[in-house]
Amino acid sequence: MSASVDSPFGPGSVGLVTPQCFQYDAPFTLASGRQLPGFELVYETYGQLNADASNAVLICHALSGTHHAAGYHSADDRKPGWWDHYIGPGKPIDTNRFFVVALNNLGGCAGSTGPTSINPDTGKPWGPDFPMLRVRDWVNSQKLLATHLGIQVWAAVVGGSLGGMQAMRWALEYPDQVRHCVVIASAMKLTAQNIAFNETARHAITSDPEFHDGDYLAQQTSPKQGLATARMIGHITYLSGDGLGEKFGRELRSGSFARGQDSLVEFQVQSYLRYQGDVFSDKFDANTYLLMTRALDYFDLAREYGDDPVAAFKTAQARFLVVSFSTDWRFSPERSREIALALMNANRSVCYAEIESNFGHDAFLLPSERYETVFRNFMNTIVTEAQS
Amino acid sequence: MRIDHSIIESWVKPGSRLLDLGCGDGSLLQLLAQNRQAEGYGVEIGEAEINACIARGVNVIEHNLDRGLTQFSDKSFDLVIMTQALQTMRFPHKVLDEMLRVGRECIVAFPNFGHWRARWHLAVSGRMPVSDILPYQWYDTPNIHFCTVRDFDVLCREQGIKVLQRQVINTQGPSRWCDMMPNLLAVNAVYHLSR
Repeated sequence: MSASVDSPFGPGSVGLVTPQCFQYDAPFTLASGRQLPGFELVYETYGQLNADASNAVLICHALSGTHHAAGYHSADDRKPGWWDHYIGPGKPIDTNRFFVVALNNLGGCAGSTGPTSINPDTGKPWGPDFPMLRVRDWVNSQKLLATHLGIQVWAAVVGGSLGGMQAMRWALEYPDQVRHCVVIASAMKLTAQNIAFNETARHAITSDPEFHDGDYLAQQTSPKQGLATARMIGHITYLSGDGLGEKFGRELRSGSFARGQDSLVEFQVQSYLRYQGDVFSDKFDANTYLLMTRALDYFDLAREYGDDPVAAFKTAQARFLVVSFSTDWRFSPERSREIALALMNANRSVCYAEIESNFGHDAFLLPSERYETVFRNFMNTIVTEAQS
Repeated sequence: MRIDHSIIESWVKPGSRLLDLGCGDGSLLQLLAQNRQAEGYGVEIGEAEINACIARGVNVIEHNLDRGLTQFSDKSFDLVIMTQALQTMRFPHKVLDEMLRVGRECIVAFPNFGHWRARWHLAVSGRMPVSDILPYQWYDTPNIHFCTVRDFDVLCREQGIKVLQRQVINTQGPSRWCDMMPNLLAVNAVYHLSR
């Protein structure tokens, strides 16, 4: 329990939180066949685990997420955790009722073992030698964390985007250990267009002169420009055209189109994107970005089930909630409908809602009355079931 | 309990796999799950109705029925139900056709526009009926394709649809008078159909 009860951050906040570290000391075999000699996962928890450990909710993060999903690390923090709108007392994932676990995935760069960690065999950072990871590796490492926390069965595994893929993989790999599965703005596999965007982002990173084949840490440098570009590309795809237009239009930050002017004109959207790219490249590791986008590309829910999602979902036992957003074109409603339909054809329990939103893929992190109601109503049934 | 719901309940075989199109707040599915151990999914487009379904733990899929049921394979459900929604469909006859493709059987409940009060209203005031049962003005009603019991019988005949069972009801429920003059006295009709 790391959240304070009386929060100076308001009644809907989990307040101050302190990350913790789970250390796993035995060899851990990955889907690639390679082995990690052990690993560390940084995580946060909010709320209280009940006596029979039946109220635990796992939050799986998306591409650039961390363990810091809700609350604040210090009183001076300007921003709370990445999913603070949805986790906290009285929020859809109500910390008065649920014990919430959020972690930084293996391969991450926010404290969990990843490319920036020291490889015990060499005494140097792993860098590009860090093994490739698949979504199932994250699920398996999360399973070890659950055991460590005394959780046999998750009341719910919840995730958006890449997090939704983890939630679905959980439901297939450990069917009797996931009671509910919440899959938000996700897909059973990426489209070629998605892979193309990821490849472009990776290309921006690997072609940065400071990349040094991924060995930039040893060279004491960082492919910041490439990483910033990768993030800018990603950022555009996470928003909708209309949303961007509404926010920035063609407003200028500097310069003028007046005749007789030959100075450079800068649009607001340009400086916004550059700022987002720069902030990201200061805190994120390029090798982690490569690794996470590859895990996204490789994910294919039904590959091992004869490419039949219905056969795949027949192994699941959880009740599902699938949510999509109308203007999300990176993980479009169509992809979510496919998930819902496959679940129906597999005779699984599923609710599907398509939320009207102008914010594209990012909508899953933003406040929205309808999204909150759908999410809250579903989470409430979990509590009711547990009590009956 | 709604009268049409209790009639439908009596027709549903235990353990059926169902699809309830335009399922509203999910109360029928919940009833059939409790009393008939039926499993299924509601399909709905209204936000408040979807929220209500989720809140009561009923499986609900957000989908606009006017976009068809093409995603569902043939005979993938034992029973496809539609209560008080057929008249809101863009092409009711196509929806009916699809229901009988996706389900082995289907149940449809709809208001009878041939009811004497509707006829009286139109005949006497010369205006579209507005009543407890049809509480909308003509310009903002979701109901765009009203029919009478007789119309529906004709449609079934023309489309080669078998009527397995039919129950017509007035506001109190089934009655002998209603059975004798369904087109004039029935407020609602419930049909159990197959190909």
